Amino acid sequence: MKGNKSHPLFSKIFYLYYDGFRSMTVGKKLWAIILIKLAIFFLVMRIFFFPDFLKTHFKNDKERSNYVFEQLINQE
Amino acid sequence: MENIDFSLVDWSRAQFALTAYYHWLFVPLTLGITWIIAIMETIYVRTGNPEWKRTTKFWMILFGINFAISVSTGIIMEFEFGTNWSNYSWFVGDIFGAPLAIEGIMAFFMESVFIAVMFFGWNKVSKRFHLTSTWLVALGSNLSALWILVANGWMQNPVGMFFNPDTARNEMLNFWEVFLNPIAVNKFLHTIFSSYVYAAAFVIGVSSWYLLRKRHILLAKRSSLIASVFGLLGAAATVITGDGSAYQVAQHQPMKLAAMEGLYKGTENAGLVVFCFLKDAENPENQGHKEQIMKIQFPRLLSYLAYRNFNAFVPGIKDLIDGNPEQGIPPVAEKIEKGKRSIHALSTYKREKEAGNISAALEARKIFEENFEYFGYGYFDDDYNHLIPNVPVTFYSFHIMVGLGFLFVLFFLLSLQKVFKNSIGEKRWFLYAGILMIPATFLASQMGWTVAEMGRQPWVIQDIMPTMIAVSQINADAVKLTFTLFALIFSGLAIAEVSIMLKQIKTGPKEEGN
Repeated sequence: MKGNKSHPLFSKIFYLYYDGFRSMTVGKKLWAIILIKLAIFFLVMRIFFFPDFLKTHFKNDKERSNYVFEQLINQE
Repeated sequence: MENIDFSLVDWSRAQFALTAYYHWLFVPLTLGITWIIAIMETIYVRTGNPEWKRTTKFWMILFGINFAISVSTGIIMEFEFGTNWSNYSWFVGDIFGAPLAIEGIMAFFMESVFIAVMFFGWNKVSKRFHLTSTWLVALGSNLSALWILVANGWMQNPVGMFFNPDTARNEMLNFWEVFLNPIAVNKFLHTIFSSYVYAAAFVIGVSSWYLLRKRHILLAKRSSLIASVFGLLGAAATVITGDGSAYQVAQHQPMKLAAMEGLYKGTENAGLVVFCFLKDAENPENQGHKEQIMKIQFPRLLSYLAYRNFNAFVPGIKDLIDGNPEQGIPPVAEKIEKGKRSIHALSTYKREKEAGNISAALEARKIFEENFEYFGYGYFDDDYNHLIPNVPVTFYSFHIMVGLGFLFVLFFLLSLQKVFKNSIGEKRWFLYAGILMIPATFLASQMGWTVAEMGRQPWVIQDIMPTMIAVSQINADAVKLTFTLFALIFSGLAIAEVSIMLKQIKTGPKEEGN
């Protein structure tokens, strides 16, 4: 492990992660899966399939509150 | 109810169920195996025996695979809250948001920081610091589950809040009442202990496979020892907390208990069904009901489990719908009337307040609050079948879960006996049974959630918000599309996980120093 004498703690933490990621074997495949999964979830699903209904349809909390209120009293 | 698009409700439910089932493929293994790894590493640190280090590192890799695949599968459920369940998300306000936010912060700090030390810190930090990190990962993952289950417990027994009619949101009045909600406490304990059983079965199953193949014998035997003790304690605790959960269900969700037991007509000295089949009732008076055939039961035990009294009356579905004056159970028609009164009063409050008629608004608010306890019933009409959960699904799921739960106690007892006699690798049938315990514990765990969530229908928040009111008014076809998309993506990810996991198991532990 390399080290930075002026900031040994930060340097130790940095190289803990740096060396850890570099020396991974199975982990590399897992990280690929994680990154692909996160990209699908956040860049595809979140944007195209899962917009926040109330945030996209109403400008502010007052309008959102009124909408839910109408839903509560009109679906009886 | 004529305004409700039931296709949208059903597809939204199906989508959420699919996501939750998938998420729960991985979570219980994480919750339990981290403790097993921590115990193994503790033995390594105390003895200095490198074989224990090798064993610890092997299970740590399998945990890492499971953790990586499961990362952020729970996020999808949060997406769904905003898209498919927007009425619910707004209605629950900060009560649901606060525990989830605490969970997010805790999970991030405890798991992400200490998992890095756990995986990357071998030979870089002291043995004791590494060991502490491993224990903290186990603690952190279990604390994450705590907050999620507090939120879920509140939905099953909403306490510690009041509904603000000006914002259409619930607001937290008492954090401790929400946190110490008896349903949440029992749910948390029952869930984590059952997860320990799952993880122990996983360790024994993999070890059994090695013993069948006559590979890594020492690792397999030592792992079986730890997992047998851990699994036996977990299975016993699961049974005890299951009893606590059933007691709480009887107090707060009697309809769920009746569905779990397939009990239509309530009775004193109620027996606990051990085995039976349900079939459609033949008597026209009981149309839509199920009859129990080939029944085996423990006399009077259900009364005791539900009310701690062998003679107690346990209400059936019919009592809860039609009412039972002798037992002080109001008919559901009365609750519906109060619910409708509450909804009308809410509407009046809003109208009068906007018109500036403050005294009329306050009067309406008073009526609303007096009847709020049954607010959700106001959305139902004369077809009371909508207030009954799916009895066969709830009944069979419950009995499969309980039956398997007792089987696990026996299995771990037997496994422990074989480990102590050093005969665990001798009987091939037992090793095959060990492998089969992996899907069996998984099945029991999923059945448990099926009972919890299907059994509480039609409520998303008990008595206050029905599931059909919680959904967003979006296109049902869009929900079908995302359901299909999820099924494909999740299947792909599950296949990826299983194949990486199997490959790693086949490879086996590395020799120390590699």
